Amino acid sequence: MANAQRINPLDDRVYGGNGVTLTPVEAMERISLRAEDKAVASLGKAIGFSLPKKAGTTVTKGSVTALWIGPDEWLILGVEGSDLEAKLNKVKTGLYSAVAVNHRNTAMTVSGAKAINALNSGCPRDLSLEAFPIDGCGRTIIGKAEVVLWRTAADTFHVEVWRSFSDYVWKYLVDSARSA
Amino acid sequence: MSGSTPNTGANRIAGKGRLSPAKTVMFTFDGKSYNALEGDTLASALLANGIHLAGRSFKYHRPRGILAAGSEEPNALMDISRDSARRQPNIRATVQPVFDGMIAKSQNRYPSLSFDVGAINDGMGRFFSAGFYYKTFMWPQKAWDAVYEPFIRNAAGLGVSPDEADPDHYANQFAHCDVLIVGAGATGLQAALVAGKSGKSVIICDEQEEMGGALLSDATSKIDGKSAQEWADDAKAKLAEMKNVTILPRTTAFGYYNHNMVTLTELVTEHMANPDPDLPRERCWQVRAKKVVLATGAIERHIVFPDNDRPGIMMASAAQTYLNRYGVAVGSNVAIYTSSDSAYSVAFDLKRAGIEVPAIVDMRDTIDQALLDEAEELKIRVLKGFAVVGTKGRLRVTEIAVQPVNGENVETIAVDCLLMAGGWTPSVHLFSQSRGRVKFDEATGTFLPDIYTEECISVGSCNGTHDLSEAMLEASTAAKDAVGGKAPKAVKVVNGPRMSGFHIGSAKGAGPEDFTKAFIDYQNDVTAKDIRLAVREGFHSIEHVKRYTTTGMASDQGKMSNMHGLAIAAEALDKPIPEVGLTTFRSPFTPVTFGALVGHNKGELFDVTRKTPMHEWHVEQGADFEDVGNWKRAWYYPQAGEDMHAAVNRECKAIRDAAGIFDATTLGKIEVVGPDAVKFMNMMYTNPWDKLAVGRLRYGIMCREDGFIYDDGVVARLAEDRFHVTTTTGGAPRVLNMMEDYLQTEFPEWKVWLTSTSEQWAVIAVQGPKAREIVEPLLDGIDLDAMQHMSVQTGKICGVETRFMRMSFTGEYGFEINVPADYGRQVWEAIYERGKPMGMAPYGTEAMHVLRAEKGYIIVGQDTDGTVTPHDANVGWAIGKKKTDFVGIKGLQRPDLVAEDRRQLVGLKTMDPKIKLEEGAQVVDDPNHAVPIPMIGFVTSSYWSECLGHSIAMALIENGHNRMGETVHIPMPDEIIKAEICSPVFYDPEGGRTNG
Repeated sequence: MANAQRINPLDDRVYGGNGVTLTPVEAMERISLRAEDKAVASLGKAIGFSLPKKAGTTVTKGSVTALWIGPDEWLILGVEGSDLEAKLNKVKTGLYSAVAVNHRNTAMTVSGAKAINALNSGCPRDLSLEAFPIDGCGRTIIGKAEVVLWRTAADTFHVEVWRSFSDYVWKYLVDSARSA
Repeated sequence: MSGSTPNTGANRIAGKGRLSPAKTVMFTFDGKSYNALEGDTLASALLANGIHLAGRSFKYHRPRGILAAGSEEPNALMDISRDSARRQPNIRATVQPVFDGMIAKSQNRYPSLSFDVGAINDGMGRFFSAGFYYKTFMWPQKAWDAVYEPFIRNAAGLGVSPDEADPDHYANQFAHCDVLIVGAGATGLQAALVAGKSGKSVIICDEQEEMGGALLSDATSKIDGKSAQEWADDAKAKLAEMKNVTILPRTTAFGYYNHNMVTLTELVTEHMANPDPDLPRERCWQVRAKKVVLATGAIERHIVFPDNDRPGIMMASAAQTYLNRYGVAVGSNVAIYTSSDSAYSVAFDLKRAGIEVPAIVDMRDTIDQALLDEAEELKIRVLKGFAVVGTKGRLRVTEIAVQPVNGENVETIAVDCLLMAGGWTPSVHLFSQSRGRVKFDEATGTFLPDIYTEECISVGSCNGTHDLSEAMLEASTAAKDAVGGKAPKAVKVVNGPRMSGFHIGSAKGAGPEDFTKAFIDYQNDVTAKDIRLAVREGFHSIEHVKRYTTTGMASDQGKMSNMHGLAIAAEALDKPIPEVGLTTFRSPFTPVTFGALVGHNKGELFDVTRKTPMHEWHVEQGADFEDVGNWKRAWYYPQAGEDMHAAVNRECKAIRDAAGIFDATTLGKIEVVGPDAVKFMNMMYTNPWDKLAVGRLRYGIMCREDGFIYDDGVVARLAEDRFHVTTTTGGAPRVLNMMEDYLQTEFPEWKVWLTSTSEQWAVIAVQGPKAREIVEPLLDGIDLDAMQHMSVQTGKICGVETRFMRMSFTGEYGFEINVPADYGRQVWEAIYERGKPMGMAPYGTEAMHVLRAEKGYIIVGQDTDGTVTPHDANVGWAIGKKKTDFVGIKGLQRPDLVAEDRRQLVGLKTMDPKIKLEEGAQVVDDPNHAVPIPMIGFVTSSYWSECLGHSIAMALIENGHNRMGETVHIPMPDEIIKAEICSPVFYDPEGGRTNG
């Protein structure tokens, strides 16, 4: 038989209106990386760049981005074929845990002039550019769901969410966009 | 009025007010149609039409008029609707904008507002004194249900709750800013101008439709050479130009919480005739501000004198607002009773607008000469040192009686309106909510902000600064301090409002010796007498007086009644006011709708509905679902003509005879990784993990410290330093939390990391004698011949990665196939496509429960209840005998937990095999024992087993393990069922089928 294909839980949804656009992000590779200090440099080398050390920042090179989530925690995102899990698990220096969460999470982008209003309907964080600059990231909530926000442009956010919460977050943002 | 312009009320004065006569709207009040101007409140529109009578009071049903012009209004509570579903009771007419088509109704009256049978209560006032409810409804006990409660329920509350679902939607908005300014009167606007200029982010909100506060009612002051209204309009225009300033009219700050979190509710569509359905009706703002500037102003106090509550008696400042802002005369012959200078400008404005002012009754002996001169010039009679000691008029005041404060001669004066000016109470509500401490200021008789806890500052009259020039300086300074920069230019005020003079407590005619009704709280019908009675009856704390008399409760929240109640209580207690203290101000400042608080969290957003990747397939197959935590799980798959029982029986048979496919995706999964992983597993689970070989599975039991079962699940060892742990569906988040908690607080030095992978993997259980035959051709890199029961291999299925586990929760040979979730549905379908012709059936959680019960496998939370140990549940074998430590090891050694006669999990077989026991049914030894019969346990699980042809049950029974074969009884309402205690393993006790 033909190999099974990925089905994104947000499939082919689209929303645009009232200054807010929601777009599902196509399938990605994702690694939840935990590591002690000794391992960080080598892990960075394995994916081609240094992992961010500063709270709430990201580093992107090519199609791979590392998001700082905690003092010893990163979320590594890459397009399919980046082979992140294998590359990271080859590192022999220091101790770390690299676990694939490529299917645990899905993502959507929220963009537009009122993107912040829609997000702030359910997200209590300060999303002004001063407090949450471009390339900034953070683990937070939208309504009752935990998300990771990554700001890719002044009016564009990449929202990572666990797959079974994605329908809720999508609908929450649509409801918020309508009222924004 | 020209013929083409609708008549918006006989009391509308041409050329007065800020509303455009060209824009009219229509509304009804108690069934009659009226016209109003756009921008009118319901109160101004009614007054324009000569209507003062707006409601009946709560207890005595006395006719009541519109008292105020702002949110402090206690009397004019209305039922407002757009249509039958959009109806809201208890809306203050003074804050409700009139929109075209609005339906307003008065409340608390029957059959009509002008004739109300409840008014009989008024004559019975002596029976309705303070604490009436507490005293009257004491006994007999039996009367409570039949008489008292229905009576109280009927009488309690003011309006009638809406009975249809609310079709509107509501929004929530979190916001952060450098400066939040509450109140857009003179000082609020000035603070916003200064803060806004800095470029910092500013939010300014005001509860009213139009910003400007008292400036909009001020016909006298000159600010920077402009009239008060022009200055306000200029300021608003400047603010509108500033991109960093968010302007929120119709927005009330109703709560002040920790760390400068202020909640606001914005009425988005309330003023619109045909709002865009996409607009939320209200928006709740949760604002986190670096600095909060409170510019909440002051509320004018009424005067406590006999019969001070007739329609037509109202606040002086309100009359000024209706005149100067709405162009409405509140009467044609308007007297004023005052203790404050602020009443004079009201009298002068009225007189200049052509309204008769027969007298200013001023209880003070000394009055500023300039005011007296101006009164004389306008030919207004000023009665110095006089009091109003009575009023007449049933549905509208017609006459007042005045008497020298220190004299006897009574004179009556005909009026159609009486205005009261008892001085000003600074609005310290939000300051007080912020846990700021107030201090009593003897000179002005007010409580003023003293000690701040939050990053906020009070400016203007809410801070006791009534001089407009000083208030503006305060506002500028506060804003500059918040945003930095140079000191702004001083604002020049000429002819500012004069606010001095006040009176608190009861006035002449309402003293301790007077048998009169002088109201201090209009809404709750509390009189000066009631406060004194409460004190006499032993209520000496102001908090107790408040609760006993109900003064300041409901929407008033101390806005108007507080100071009077306090002063009278202080007098009765013979204590100074600050010693009696102030009641606590609570959120919300004004009533907030449930809709605003609920926001987006309703309908399908009420809670998260979690669905597995195969969910839609289950839907397509007609599955019924059950809720497990937030998950939807397929419960059973009824085919045409099947009820649940038949479907479950068929599913069970299919698995035992051929194969079944089951969606186990919802199981919690945690990846435990690191060199100390095995050490950590040893600590968290009762089992020993050192010797579990890579590639093998083990059923694990997790206890709490107390030794009781917390969770269970199968654990796979994927590598020396990597475990794939499964938890129960409902337990997933709390198990991960507990693990993280121990890791971070007890073993922070251990090198092990936890990652939730619950949603990474879709889990497809394939169970039954044909399981192997079905899946084998789909596999790649999995060696089934080498695969023992309870083992795991990684390889491929349908071309995608899998953690392929051979295990069983059904007692059959089978697998649990983990695939990355996005592949779940396609792999599932591929397996089912192969299995269907071989007799494979999809099965739901109910069949899964039956099959596991046939095998005596427990479900944590069903067969355990937080008081069951591993031994009790027959899984004592899962405790590592040689282990010296794990969570729960100490608890398990407690005498109670090792006692012989604990309730232990056993099987129950009913004597009549057709009878299925009720889960939760109590089990007894001797059904003939006198009631109450000692209970020895209860049924935890019970099913019909189609495969065995009889019912099966599990129960927790005292000393059950030692009572095999004994008979017990299960008393039910219509029969006593006999059952035999047996092993809970009903099916294939040797386990031959599992081993294939």
